[in-house]
Formats: sequence, C-alpha cells, structure tokens
Amino acid sequence: MGIIVDGIKQAFLLLIHGDKQMLQIAWLSLVVSGTATILSLLIGIPLGSILGLAKFPGRRVVVSLVNTGMGAPPVVVGLIVSIFLWRQGLLGFLHLMYSPGAMIIAQFIIAFPIVAGFTLAAMQQLDPKLRLQITALGVSKIQMVWQLLLEARLPLMAAVMAGFGAVISEVGASMMVGANITGQTRVMTTAIVGENSKGNFALAIALSVILMAIVYLVTLLLTMIQQRNKVR
Amino acid sequence: MNPMQTKAVPPALEANNLAVKLGGKQVLNIAELQVNKNEVLVIIGPNGSGKTTLLLSLALLIKPASGTITYQGYASSKNTATLELRRKLAVVFQEPLLLNTTVWNNITLGLRARKLPVEEIKARTEKWLARFGIADLAQRQAKTLSGGEAKRVSLARAFALQPDVLFLDEPFNGVDSPTRQALMEDFGSVLRETNVTTVMVTHDRSEALMMAHRVIVLINGNIRQMGTPPQVFSNPVDEEVANFVEAGNIMHGVVSSQSEGQALVDVGGLRLDVVSNLSAGAKVTMFLHDDDITISLPAAQTQLSSARNHYTGKISKIFPTGSQIRVTVDCGIPMVALITKRSWEELSLKIGDTVIVSFKASSIHLIPK
Repeated sequence: MGIIVDGIKQAFLLLIHGDKQMLQIAWLSLVVSGTATILSLLIGIPLGSILGLAKFPGRRVVVSLVNTGMGAPPVVVGLIVSIFLWRQGLLGFLHLMYSPGAMIIAQFIIAFPIVAGFTLAAMQQLDPKLRLQITALGVSKIQMVWQLLLEARLPLMAAVMAGFGAVISEVGASMMVGANITGQTRVMTTAIVGENSKGNFALAIALSVILMAIVYLVTLLLTMIQQRNKVR
Repeated sequence: MNPMQTKAVPPALEANNLAVKLGGKQVLNIAELQVNKNEVLVIIGPNGSGKTTLLLSLALLIKPASGTITYQGYASSKNTATLELRRKLAVVFQEPLLLNTTVWNNITLGLRARKLPVEEIKARTEKWLARFGIADLAQRQAKTLSGGEAKRVSLARAFALQPDVLFLDEPFNGVDSPTRQALMEDFGSVLRETNVTTVMVTHDRSEALMMAHRVIVLINGNIRQMGTPPQVFSNPVDEEVANFVEAGNIMHGVVSSQSEGQALVDVGGLRLDVVSNLSAGAKVTMFLHDDDITISLPAAQTQLSSARNHYTGKISKIFPTGSQIRVTVDCGIPMVALITKRSWEELSLKIGDTVIVSFKASSIHLIPK
C-alpha cells in the first residue's frame, strides 16, 4: 500500500516540478500515438466506409481480415514490423528500426483495423433507406458517403477513441521496434515496463498515473466533441 | 395512333420491358408504362405487390435486371450518368428520413449539391417551409420534430428541388388521423398549384380516388389495370382487382362554411358535416369508406347518435359479396354502404325500401380539388 501512495506522491512531484525527462517521454507518447491514430483515421475511415457500403466479390474475406486485425496482439505486429525494418529486411534501407517512425508504423498497423471495424459497424447500423433518400436528393457518391459519415459521427468518435486508446496503451510493439532508448524512443508504456523491471515501483506507478491522466484528458476532449451537438 | 402526335407531347417518363429481380426472384414485370406530363399517377395494390419496387425503379434508385426507363427522351442505362437525370427527380419515402441536423440543412442539402446560388437556396427554402407551415421550425434539430412535422419537412425538401417528376411512397402512413387529414389537405393544394408530374404509391384506396388522374393496380408485380379512378373503381377488370378496389364512395363538393375545423360541404343537394380546415368556397374531393356507413330504418330516426350525418334515401341496388352485402342508397346522390347479411335480414330490407344512412363527420376524407 505504501508503494502506491509513494508512487502517487512522486507523480505529483514530477508533474509539479515539470520533470524534463518525464515531459519528454509523455510528449513522445502523444506524438507517436497521435500520429498513428491520425494516419489510421485517414486509411481506416475510407476503408470501413467502402466495406460498409459497397458490394464486391471478396468483401466478406476483407471484413473478416479487418475484424481479425482489431484483435491483433501488438507483439505480433511488432514482430512483423521488425522483420521488415531490420537492417537486412525488405525495408531496411529506410533505417527506421529503433526510431519513433518505426513505432508510428507499428501503432498505425494496430489502430487502423480498429478504426475501419468501428466505421464499418457505424455505417451498417444506419437505416439503408437513408442512403436511398440521400442519393435521391441528387448528391454525388462522395457527398452521399460524407453525409452518411456525418450521420454516423457519434460512433465514429468512438472509433477515434478506441484507436487512440489501443495505441497509447500498447507496449509490445513499441518495445520491439523502438527498444525503449532513453531520450529517443522511450514512451510512457515502455518506461513503465523498464522502471518496473528495475524495481522502481514508485516511479512506475507515477508514470502510470500520468499515462492514465493523458488518456483521460484526450478521451475527455474527444467526448466533448462527440457530445457537443447532442440534443438535450 | 399518329406517331407525330405522340412525339409532340412526349411523356414525362416511360418504362419499357422493365424487369426487377430481388434475391434472384422476379418481383416486377412491366411491359409498358407511361407517365404523362403534369399528371398524378397513383400506384395501388395489396402489400407485397411490388409497388415500392416499381416506384424506386422509376426513380432510378433500383437497377432493373432488364428494360429501359426513359425521361423525356433521355434513356437511363448502365452507361449514362444517372446523377444528372436524378437531379430532375425528388423522392418522398414512407418514413421522413431526415438527416441528423437542422430542418434548414435538411431542406438545403439537395439544393447545395446542385450548386445553386446562395440567394436562390435561401428563397426556395423559405418559400417551401412557409408553404408547409413549418417556417418556425427552420432552426430546430430534425430529431426533435413530431411525426407530422417531420413529414412536412420531408415534403418541403422534395418540393424545394422543383423536380420534373415527384415520387412518393405512402407519404401519409404512420401519422394519426387528424394530422394526416391536415397533411393531405396541404399536400393536395400544393399538388394542384405546382402541377408537378407525380407518381405516388399507396395501399389506401381513398388517397388514390381523391388524388389520382390515373390509377395503376399492381398485383404480383404486374399491371393488372390502368385507367382513371372511375374506370378502375367502377369497372374492375377481374375479381382480384375488384376485391382490392371496391371500397366506397367518392364525392365532389364545395365547402359552404367552416369554423374551428368543422365544415359543411354541399354535394348535389346534400349538406355533409365533415372535419376540415378548408375555408368556404373551396372545391373538394371526398372519400367515404363503404363500411363507415350504417343503415337504419326510419323508425329509429329519433335515436340519438354521435354520427353527424343522417340522410334519407331509397335502396336502389344490392350486390352480395361473401358474408356482406353492398347496398346502394339513393339519397339524391348514390351512397354505397357495406353491411352484413345478418343486418340485411334482421332489418328485412329490400330494394325500394326507405332507409337512413348515417356516418361520422370524421369518416370523410377530403382534399382540395
């Protein structure tokens, strides 16, 4: 019990003093996971929309792949990305291994099936007749999809939260492709694992409290956007 | 027919050899169908007869398995861009299907998509909001509207597009009776004013009788009969059509006075008590279901009743249908009532007897002519 109290105390001290190293770790976490989330939205929302609205041969296979991707273990993603990025790998010439770039790639691969899967579900729960009505209003295909996305904006914000939540909290892939290098690739989760293994429980708890606070604040922001136009 | 003449006034829309399959099953088979300019064509038929499928095919929202649909000479096929054709049409569905935004945004969406000038979008939207009596709802969120209000928005949205052809799928379904009556009155007068070519689907025969220039009876995906309402309703081609269309009385009249939603309508010497907001002088078409009329003997006249309309007449015709008898009573105008065989026997009626026909003011459906 004492350890936890110590940890929380330490978290406050780190925050109050604006500990430089801690801030840098938190910042890198936000940059890596934020970038990966944004990239996953750029790919996942169009992919999910197509899967939710279009009919084409092999659609079910792609949908099942996306659904599998939603549950892909980060360590497996980390392993695959490592295989591609290591010095002799297919993409080794990019020299991305053990860099934030590698972590963004891995986290993007974790997040985009989640975003695509949520988007797919959001589009499919809309009344199919709404699509006919919007089409009947004489809008183009792209405008129609845009209107449907607007209709599905509440579940789509859930997609953003789920995607971000999955990557800010994952540790396996970041550890494997980033290696927890101080000042370079250390993020909140890998730092927590590191401190824990060194026996610095208090610091690990402090970092955990700060990580939870970050997740809470980002989610709060997204929730406020999501519920902004909610009719009372 | 002189081919030159048909070319002079081409139909607003034409379907040829139209076949539609849903899940591998053929649900529609239309050899030929023309919708004339400025006419109101009403498609009626029992549930599952393919009415909505026909409507959506004509509105270019369902791809037919084969056949062509032609709009004033423009054929719609898989190769032509349908967007431009679609922008000449408007569709009102059974559900209002409003987007989760303001009423204003709902109505302007199609106009914005057409890239109309901002002033025109504003002018049209304001005009149609006012015309359907919902100007004060402009900034409301669509999902806070009542059923009747949402239907009005949906209708205003369609008329704001100023379509060449307007399609409606059971537009008055799912609202309570007084709301429906008010909605039909407003819609009816807008339809007369705009003269827009209209294709409407309904399972309600009264709507067809009151609104249609021409009626199509669709049964099992086939056009069984096509003609003016009197043609179809008085001379059904076969038993199946007859069973579906024989429903009651259509009457034309003029409102002589109105106060607080109660109106008196003059019909060939009779003065009917009806529920309507139309003002004196309005010409109306009315519909009365045959099973909304009761027949009683003159002796029972003194009995008090909540029915507002009682007329004396002579039985001029009877027609047995199953367990019921369709009785025509001549009250100055013929009134057709549907009564059970047992009532017929218990009242010991026969042709030539004097009887009283009664019905409630609210049983009469009416629209402006």
